[in-house]
Amino acid sequence: MIHILSENWQTFLTGFENTILCSVIALFFSLIIGSIFAILQTVPSKLVRTIANIYIEIFRNIPLLVITMVFYVVVPQFFIKLSGFTAGTIGLTLYTSAFIAETVRAGIKAVGVGQMEGARANGLTYWQTMRYIILPQAFKLVIPPLGNQFINLIKNSSVLAFVAGFDLMYQGDVIASASFETINTYLVVGVFYLILTLPLSYYMRYLEKKLA
Amino acid sequence: MSTFEQAYSWINLRFLLEGLWVTLEVSVISIVLSFIIGLVLGVIRYVKIKYLSAAVGFLIDIIRNLPLLLIIFFTYFGLPELGLRMTPMLAAVTALVVFESAMLAEIVRSGIQAVPVGQMEGARSSGLTYVQAMWHIIMPQALQKMIPPLVSQFISLVKDTSLATIIVLPELLYHAQIIYSQNTTYMVPMYLMIAVMYFVVCYCLSLVARRLEKRYG
Repeated sequence: MIHILSENWQTFLTGFENTILCSVIALFFSLIIGSIFAILQTVPSKLVRTIANIYIEIFRNIPLLVITMVFYVVVPQFFIKLSGFTAGTIGLTLYTSAFIAETVRAGIKAVGVGQMEGARANGLTYWQTMRYIILPQAFKLVIPPLGNQFINLIKNSSVLAFVAGFDLMYQGDVIASASFETINTYLVVGVFYLILTLPLSYYMRYLEKKLA
Repeated sequence: MSTFEQAYSWINLRFLLEGLWVTLEVSVISIVLSFIIGLVLGVIRYVKIKYLSAAVGFLIDIIRNLPLLLIIFFTYFGLPELGLRMTPMLAAVTALVVFESAMLAEIVRSGIQAVPVGQMEGARSSGLTYVQAMWHIIMPQALQKMIPPLVSQFISLVKDTSLATIIVLPELLYHAQIIYSQNTTYMVPMYLMIAVMYFVVCYCLSLVARRLEKRYG
């Protein structure tokens, strides 16, 4: 295991960096998109709520790999060619945004209608209430489930291996097929993933306990 | 539009449906097996048997925090190094069961934990043994609380079977790829069709979850 790591240090590191980069970019954008759709699901207009709901249901019920492949092989035929990394990150963002939307929506609901009514009665507009009263409380509630979504996101970023995204999984595959030491290589890859996910997972469990 | 008509010829559709069948087969087998194993592991983790629970807990945490794709690779490409060679079908089911039972165990554990302690104390003081109390009092209540996360995990599992294309499991995505690799103009119709198929299966599951939740929640 050690010699695989030392001989291929640079390759592993590139993969590790790409996995982190892709996860952070996808997290950033899916948080924004997810929050927008979560809010849209709570507005008074029924039409807007339905549209937001359709978006969420579509991306929640189609495999990430299918979404990613669409951006990797279908989109280039009509628009521009996307690199594997870009296609994978876009797919990951859209897929995760649906889950984040559901999580944040649950948070908004948990804050309770009383807060909204009270704020509105005090003269705040709908958007002011959302921005200053509801969302700050909702986000505090949903930090642990959001953290779990981030862990899922990191694990799901391995889908980049399908589209030559040079992530950890892809690099591991390259090393495994060159060295024929499949088990050792995958063990190293596993350790790299655990470095990212395990501390996060324990921290989220700690937060859940603290909040409960 | 004629591309779509040609793409959706009966032969192609039948080929896709055969893929869907494999997807469903792998999903159902994995769901049943991983639910049983997850239930046992979750209970072991909850009841705190000395050493065993800690060891099981550690193992679950490791597996839960690895990408499923890595586990699939390991099972199909790694294990032959140890002389354990599997068919794509068996490898896919094995990898899915290993991964999903760890995920489910965590759901089971937190479901049991969500049942108030008073329930166990009350049952015990009414003369039930620990196992009886667990089986008749705690588990039914815990299962109720677990329904939503359990079903969304099952939905994840159905979607995750698509990852097994990489080990040439002849499931839905793989069959679609075979069709459009012969004629690239079929690419859009094929992705559209399999997206619809996956969507219908997963959405139906989530509707079932909603009904169960209403009935028992």
